[in-house]
Amino acid sequence: MAERIGVYVCHCGTNIAGVVDVKEVTRWAGERLRERGVVVARDYDFMCSSLGQDMVEKDIKEQKLTRVLVAACSPHLHEKTFRTACQRAGLNPYLCELVSIREQDAWVHTDKAAATEKAKAIIWGGLERLIHHEPLEPLHVPVDADTLVVGGGIAGIQAALEIADAGFQVYMVEREPSIGGHMAQFDKTFPTLDCAACILTPRMVAVGTHPKIKLHTWSEVEKVEGYVGNFEVTIRQKARYVNTELCTGCGICWQKCPKKVTDDVYEVGLTTRKAIYTPFPQAVPIYPVLDKDNCTYFEKGTCKACEKLCPTGAIDFEQQDEVFTVSVGNIILATGYDLFDASVIPQYGYGRLDNVFTSLEFERICNAAGPTSGNVVLRDGKTVPKSVGIIHCVGSRDANYNRYCSAICCMQSIKYAHLVMERTGAEVHNFYIDIRTPGKDYEEFYERVQEEGGHFIRGKVADISDVPRLPGEEGKLVIQVEDTLAGRQRRVPVDMVVLSPGLQARHDSAEVAKLFGISCSAAGWYIEKHPKLDPVSTMTEGVFIAGCVQGPKGIPETVAQGAAAAARVVGRIQQGEIALEPIRASVNEEACSGCRICNGLCPFNAIVFHEDRAVSEVVSALCQGCGTCVAACPAGAISGTGFSNEQVLAQIEGLLMLNKEPPGSTDDAGLATTGAKA
Amino acid sequence: MTTEIATFEPVIIGFTCNWCSYRAADLAGTARVKYPPNIRLIRLMCSGRLDPTFVLKAFAEGADAVMISGCHPGECHYIEQNIKALRRFELLRRTIQQMGIEPERLQLVWASAAEGTRLANEIARVTEEVRALGPLNWPAGRNGHLDAAGLEAAWEATGGEPGGPPETPGGENPEHAAEAKR
Repeated sequence: MAERIGVYVCHCGTNIAGVVDVKEVTRWAGERLRERGVVVARDYDFMCSSLGQDMVEKDIKEQKLTRVLVAACSPHLHEKTFRTACQRAGLNPYLCELVSIREQDAWVHTDKAAATEKAKAIIWGGLERLIHHEPLEPLHVPVDADTLVVGGGIAGIQAALEIADAGFQVYMVEREPSIGGHMAQFDKTFPTLDCAACILTPRMVAVGTHPKIKLHTWSEVEKVEGYVGNFEVTIRQKARYVNTELCTGCGICWQKCPKKVTDDVYEVGLTTRKAIYTPFPQAVPIYPVLDKDNCTYFEKGTCKACEKLCPTGAIDFEQQDEVFTVSVGNIILATGYDLFDASVIPQYGYGRLDNVFTSLEFERICNAAGPTSGNVVLRDGKTVPKSVGIIHCVGSRDANYNRYCSAICCMQSIKYAHLVMERTGAEVHNFYIDIRTPGKDYEEFYERVQEEGGHFIRGKVADISDVPRLPGEEGKLVIQVEDTLAGRQRRVPVDMVVLSPGLQARHDSAEVAKLFGISCSAAGWYIEKHPKLDPVSTMTEGVFIAGCVQGPKGIPETVAQGAAAAARVVGRIQQGEIALEPIRASVNEEACSGCRICNGLCPFNAIVFHEDRAVSEVVSALCQGCGTCVAACPAGAISGTGFSNEQVLAQIEGLLMLNKEPPGSTDDAGLATTGAKA
Repeated sequence: MTTEIATFEPVIIGFTCNWCSYRAADLAGTARVKYPPNIRLIRLMCSGRLDPTFVLKAFAEGADAVMISGCHPGECHYIEQNIKALRRFELLRRTIQQMGIEPERLQLVWASAAEGTRLANEIARVTEEVRALGPLNWPAGRNGHLDAAGLEAAWEATGGEPGGPPETPGGENPEHAAEAKR
């Protein structure tokens, strides 16, 4: 059957027509491309308007069009619009091609003749490609209604509760003994100063008691198999050495345990815990964990104090790691962040100078449940500081460490200034590069702290030293800084320094990204599908991200992302099945030589090898359509729908056709030809 | 000859990745960043889709240069397929050199979806570099057929002695010939 192709050229008001001679391009397409099957060539002011779409639909029906080419804006904007229009008129939507003569032509060029010529080349390229389009059907796969949430911080908690409240089963995996994440360590939250534990712990309890949430703490994901709607996830439940069926969480075991261990996680090294412990009193679940590496029984074979004293006999020294799989339809990754290690900046003295603290240490010191019962004191545990320096942008906005802004440190530092003044009456100096307070009531909080008497000195701190040089510096930490507002060097003696280190991606974020088949940036943050319009989806269907895994952000944004990811998941569960873009690779078994080159290339492990027939096969639902295997197959046995070799090669030919025409036969300068050539 | 070069407008085929450089091109448009109109872009789902044949086809069909663009290393939307594009780029550069094509006619540009201005600047740079190189007189030629005159022109353009071989289509590698003379 001869193809009957319709070409539609959009003016986009003057957006395109102001630079490209749309009338001329349309006339040319109708005449020059007639031999290629073009039977209709029309231009219209706004093709995307309902009138423009009606025009296409009417032509499909009346002119019996078999393919449609629209030359307008980027396919990322309106491809769907015109595909849907074709579908309404009874044409397979994948027999429509949208080429961009706006973003890639009219908007970026000023030479009208050259832009018009380029529009023709783009249309010809698109046309040759379109001729090789095949009618496609979206791939439908069922969606398992269960969801996996990885990470039990506030992002994961929010996501899990939203999904569970909608009535669907959630599995939550948390690496630490308790959920709560970083937020559980904080004292107050800016700018409202409400207590972090007071707002967080009810949510933690809700997760722990929710009938639709199965909580796996002290666990890690080991393997992820399958694809959207049908993931098989292998989870390793590390041995707790506590039978959770019997344990009541009474706490006698950790009260009686004789072994003290520095608590590097929850209390960031400020105090000790026992070898058997719950990280904090409000932990969820309440069951303790026995730290095998530090337990006297595991070290020396004797002790067992906890076992002897446990009233329910819940201690089990023989417990082993448990590995099991769960089937889920969707996955939400909310694994959070690591704090920048301030000790790598030697001039700030963290780890060398006793009274230099990090933000998390300060949070614990301020916290009434912390090691100092909320008293702001120096490392000696008793001296109340008379002056405190707070240093912003430690390891952030710094070409030596991380270039990005960590978003939360300004507000956190201002909060510390307030807390220090409120609790000690000390003089507080904030050292900042720029103050960034873009959030609801943030700037007002900054003003409030200034009014309360906090000093703000604009300058990047060069050095913190305990060596006195001037009178009044003895026994102090001296902050050397160039005050860029006063235009001079200053030495500010203080008793205590609080560093505000930036946020970093988790140290193992790259491995975790690989495990779940998603991509992460050079800095380790997970890459969202679209930075503005799709910030919680990833390129891997069925895997969503929420909170600081995607980039540094505060609690409100983190909670919003957790809820957003949950909404996406619930929407998919409600639909029952998901339609996947049919841009997929497939193997022609006849041509496959079984060389297996493609097997290792696939980033999504979508290619399986059949030993019996010695051929490879692409699992459609796993394939994301990148086409790397198509390009690599030495036998040419793999083809990729939407971007087949024929399509791309034809497009190359089409794009270059105008340049092959003998001089004079084309309107090189955009001048109208006589059209007599044909 | 000089006037011809002065008015020479190269034609460049650019391969873009659907997730980064194609979006960068969209962004350049939205931001109205100007660049020379010599490039024609082709969208692929990933730079890893770039079959080496595509590049050779573009040269054979008359492109004066080919630009491959993809996500920055470590930022590939398909995890690491841009690294495969990088490998193919390095191999292709050697291959085309052996075919008598200057390696500079094949360029690789990393551009994220946010780097519209960068992509535009790179397109401008590539265009000027290719303009300086002059038209590509590859044996397969922009006229799409081989004749004696065309072959001779190609031979000269790639460094062969005027009036010399080829006796066989494609001839000897002029670089080898030059080395043999030394």
